[in-house]
Amino acid sequence: MAFNYDNFLRVDKMPTLWCWGCGDGVVLKAYIRAIDSLGWDKNDICLVSGIGCSGRFSSYVDCNTVHTTHGRTIAFATGIKLANPDKHVVCVAGDGDALAIGGNHTIHGCRRNIDITLILINNFIYGLTNSQTSPTTPQGFWTVSQQAGNIDPTFNACKLAIAAGASFVGREKVSEPKKLEKLIAKGLAHKGFSFVEVLSNCHINLGRKNKMNSAMENLDWIDSITVSKTKYDNMSEEDRKNLLPTGILHEDDNAKEYCEMYEQVRQVHQGKRKTITQDDFAKKI
Amino acid sequence: MATREVIAGGNELAAKAAADAGCKFFGGYPITPSSEIMHEMSDLMPEHGGACIQMEDEIAGVASAIGASMSGVRSMTATSGPGISLKAENLGFAQMAEVPLVVVNVMRGGPSTGLPTRVSQGDIAQAKNPSHGDYKSITLCAGNLAECYTQTVRAFNLADRFMQPVIVLLDETIGHMHGKAVIPTAEDVKAEIKLRKQFTGEASEYKPYGVAQDEPAVLNPMFKGYRYHFTGLHHNATGFPTEEIETCRKLIERLFNKVEAHEDELESYEEFMLEDAEFLLIAYGSVSLAAKEAIRHLRAAGIKAGLFRPITIWPSPAKRIKYWTDKIQKVLIVELNIGQYRDEIQRASGRLDIEGLFKVNGRPISPYEIVEKAKGM
Repeated sequence: MAFNYDNFLRVDKMPTLWCWGCGDGVVLKAYIRAIDSLGWDKNDICLVSGIGCSGRFSSYVDCNTVHTTHGRTIAFATGIKLANPDKHVVCVAGDGDALAIGGNHTIHGCRRNIDITLILINNFIYGLTNSQTSPTTPQGFWTVSQQAGNIDPTFNACKLAIAAGASFVGREKVSEPKKLEKLIAKGLAHKGFSFVEVLSNCHINLGRKNKMNSAMENLDWIDSITVSKTKYDNMSEEDRKNLLPTGILHEDDNAKEYCEMYEQVRQVHQGKRKTITQDDFAKKI
Repeated sequence: MATREVIAGGNELAAKAAADAGCKFFGGYPITPSSEIMHEMSDLMPEHGGACIQMEDEIAGVASAIGASMSGVRSMTATSGPGISLKAENLGFAQMAEVPLVVVNVMRGGPSTGLPTRVSQGDIAQAKNPSHGDYKSITLCAGNLAECYTQTVRAFNLADRFMQPVIVLLDETIGHMHGKAVIPTAEDVKAEIKLRKQFTGEASEYKPYGVAQDEPAVLNPMFKGYRYHFTGLHHNATGFPTEEIETCRKLIERLFNKVEAHEDELESYEEFMLEDAEFLLIAYGSVSLAAKEAIRHLRAAGIKAGLFRPITIWPSPAKRIKYWTDKIQKVLIVELNIGQYRDEIQRASGRLDIEGLFKVNGRPISPYEIVEKAKGM
């Protein structure tokens, strides 16, 4: 039987505002299937999005939804989660939203290891505002704000998240929807900050001026820059150059989650335990 | 109302008020001279089963507080001028999405980094419109230690009544003042708590923003089966983005009108020795303490002076300002800025001859400076 997405969609908001062939729709479907596979009650979920094409994600899913200011998804979500630690809080943001204007909140969300899942849809460009350079736009690409060719170095978002302390970090691409669904489900189920980067196409605002006129050409390019983590791990340093590994890149089930630690703070202030000291942590610096 | 006597600082009293008013979340960032509010909240929130988090920046501080409030809990942030500048965009979001929030601003010298440890009242104009766009702010200004407590409590009730941020202005002098204050008992404060309205009907019938043109949105707590949408975009009755002409117009007019139509609920001021006054002093915040002292000296010198002190700064008590400025010819406003509230007094009074005594060097105004100025008028 065909999967019924309607239970998790605001059907009256369809069709989406996304362009024909946009990868955001694939992420939406993978997310819904992941939620369904976990058996989560939509009343217990809050989905927070920012500004950009990905920002509209929150209009389409049927749960408690927040469409915040540009870049502030994780900051809003942190308040929602800390005030409601038993509920599920999910952020959806784009590469500009989460890595440029909201970069500070992204690294500190990772550092706190608060139980939020960030789905970062990376299409390598500012799509909604028509083709400006983002922190992941490859050097040498044409953008409307760098028409001579982009000279700005890129972030490797997953490496950034691992270094900042996220306890679950993974990457997948929209041309692998089943793998994407499973990765999102694992990220959602993980207790702690889950960073899921999804490589997506924007043939309209990235591809058109960079010799990728269709969604398929854009997806082919994404295929050409990705390789599974298993293969990546067995490659030489030289062969790894210019490739991004996909799959689960980092997973630490022992890292302490922020809301659980905050409960310890409450215990201290309510006289139920002694002050928190370095002895409470394996990591000393 | 039953009262108690406490010995405390102004910032500490603002935090204590929040806890007593049922606040369960504080999101902030260190900044002089308001940090003591966060320090106190880091004790009080976990003790009361809430949470206090020091975020990575001022923007995140207010964003986390708005997030917690959207989920349904009473929430607060505190900062000083530079922090308000950074929080401004999200304060606009809370105006647009109608999220209640208490924001304490302990004013220091500006613009920019200014005079971090010294007093100012330079954020009066900013408090009226911290963010871009049209809306009507509510701003309260504490004039003594006890009001650091009572006005913060009031701010929580007003935020839930009008469903928008309410700014409580302290200044460095009041915030760092330490002494005796007579404040209501925690039990009485609890008994007076008026939480935001809730919709109790069928979820399918729920229109959070579908309210009368003089009413605020009715926003239910999250996770209770009413799955609706918050956005900073123009939105319709159900909270979803729209560009429909009439809906957009009515939304912004309502944001304005929900406050303007109920200004009588907001008006508050103090009148000190005004009954027989022939000389009108206007002052607010810590300056009003110097003004009261000056009035005693002026009266001893034969000048019948009295004080009008606005407590709700925005919207201003315009009718009462008009009443006194119609009645008394000599009017002097004393401010720690260059006439930010004099503009409002001129507007409300219709008079352009309001004298001002202004100081912007980070030092308080002494009663003697006021006396000298008044005697020369």
